[in-house]
Amino acid sequence: MSVSSDSVREIALLARLRVEDDELPALTGQFNAILDLFEQLQAAPTDGVEPMANPLDATQTLRKDEVTETNQREALQSVAPAVQDGLYLVPRVVE
Amino acid sequence: MGNNDAPRSLRALAAALASGETTSVALTQEALARIEATDGALNSFITVDRDGALAAAKAADERIAAGNAGPLTGIPLAHKDIFCTEGLRTTCASRMLENFTPPYDATVTQRFKSAGAVLVGKTNMDEFAMGSSNENSYFGPCRNPWDHSRVPGGSSGGSAAAVAAGLVPAATGTDTGGSIRQPAAFCGITGLKPTYGRVSRLGMVAYASSLDQGGPMARSAEDCALLLEVMAGHDPRDSTSANRSVDNYVDGLDQSLEGLRIGVPTEYFGEGLDDRVEAVIRAALADYEQRGAKLVELSLPRTSLAIPAYYVVAPAEASTNLSRYDGVRYGHRCENPADLEDLYTRSREEGFGAEVQRRILVGTYALSSGYYDAYYKKAQQVRRLIAEDFRTAFGEVDMIAGPTTPGVAFGLGAKTDDPTAMYLEDIYTLSVNLAGLPAMSIPAGFVDDLPVGLQLIGQHFDEGRLLAAAHQYQQHTDWHLATPPEVQS
Repeated sequence: MSVSSDSVREIALLARLRVEDDELPALTGQFNAILDLFEQLQAAPTDGVEPMANPLDATQTLRKDEVTETNQREALQSVAPAVQDGLYLVPRVVE
Repeated sequence: MGNNDAPRSLRALAAALASGETTSVALTQEALARIEATDGALNSFITVDRDGALAAAKAADERIAAGNAGPLTGIPLAHKDIFCTEGLRTTCASRMLENFTPPYDATVTQRFKSAGAVLVGKTNMDEFAMGSSNENSYFGPCRNPWDHSRVPGGSSGGSAAAVAAGLVPAATGTDTGGSIRQPAAFCGITGLKPTYGRVSRLGMVAYASSLDQGGPMARSAEDCALLLEVMAGHDPRDSTSANRSVDNYVDGLDQSLEGLRIGVPTEYFGEGLDDRVEAVIRAALADYEQRGAKLVELSLPRTSLAIPAYYVVAPAEASTNLSRYDGVRYGHRCENPADLEDLYTRSREEGFGAEVQRRILVGTYALSSGYYDAYYKKAQQVRRLIAEDFRTAFGEVDMIAGPTTPGVAFGLGAKTDDPTAMYLEDIYTLSVNLAGLPAMSIPAGFVDDLPVGLQLIGQHFDEGRLLAAAHQYQQHTDWHLATPPEVQS
């Protein structure tokens, strides 16, 4: 399986990454080399094999629905690029 | 080798502190002076916290004087720059986090603080822990102390180089596909990747969450045992943290090798392995046999599938984890965004390096509609088959041994043009992460004056037996005491 430059551009859009036109051919080549590596997986018979999401096959632990964290908004927002009145600032999205 | 200036063990340092022969402030000043003198060439540190370290050292000396010292109180160490440190910049070697000062400590950071250890700084690494050479760092490559024209390995290359060069006696690392073991092997130190879930991941910047695990990097197995006792333990704030008690690793170091069954997988000695590395590993195995261990040839038939399985699973998880870097809540933000879309895409393009972007793209593709079954699900199925290979093997043996890497440290730039060639370097380490097993790399000899690492792989939560097997070997060999030429002068 191989992908075209257009597909790579499309994937970049999904991943919210911008790819410059002059980088696209090299990136597409590397992308296809990695996909070639992936193709080796197809040789392994996996019918009926349960996918393994956690190496210890652990399931999600549950805790009581209690408030355990204090409000640290100021500390957490102190590292934000732009905040005002406790809100994160972004370019206008609604006119 | 064997010179008088060889860095001392953690136990010896603790004894010197307890007896008053030295102080934490003195040890910390020495560490800072060594960093000042030699790290310009090595680049093993991204951030050095002189003031914070000296304040912590002073507090440690007071604690020692008050008789409340633990085994690590007053000992200088370094954290990989992936562990959040409250008030101290944590970059993950990325432009994305170049100016990020975490508002909280990682659990690992907190545990070392409580133990009274002195943090001198944050070590260099591959950006977001993605790499096997430390060349993918926004802050420049780190160099191998044994030969500055070579890489220290990665991604925990700075921690390995700093310990090998004697800048600090111990450091932390993280291992998603070999990132503790491979640099430990390349730099001639001892590194342990614990069982998945043994060490809390809270505050450890996420790369691939089902594979990431923090662990100790130091000169000897005994040092690693001391460090792991501090690092390991259940953390209710990490939902994948193992809720089981921590063994007393130091007390267990005396376990004899007599009767220990060591599996030697055929697949770890095949094509691609440097003959001279193989000779070193075979000699180490013969040494184990001579001391009472029983070597058992066995097969891990799906070993080669670990590479494609890992390079699907890890980027897929990375693409999800790294979606949090949006230029809004923290991290790099581009100048003058035209709109929200531009803010997201340009901040991420500017903030992430080439390899990180590649893995995000590949991971996004593997998770996208229409390809999920062919790639991600398939890789997770193969992952189970790889884990089953180990389970079968552990029916016959107590531990598995082989090389950590196919060759010794390679030259800077030797593999940067071809990402997939770099991926093949990880053949012996990846499957351990896929199966969630604990594994160590210990120094076992040299090829062309460069260190070779022996890998020991254990069963889930069997860190104690691994550490003991490594310690027994280090009782009658001195490979782990060898220091690079510059440290000897």
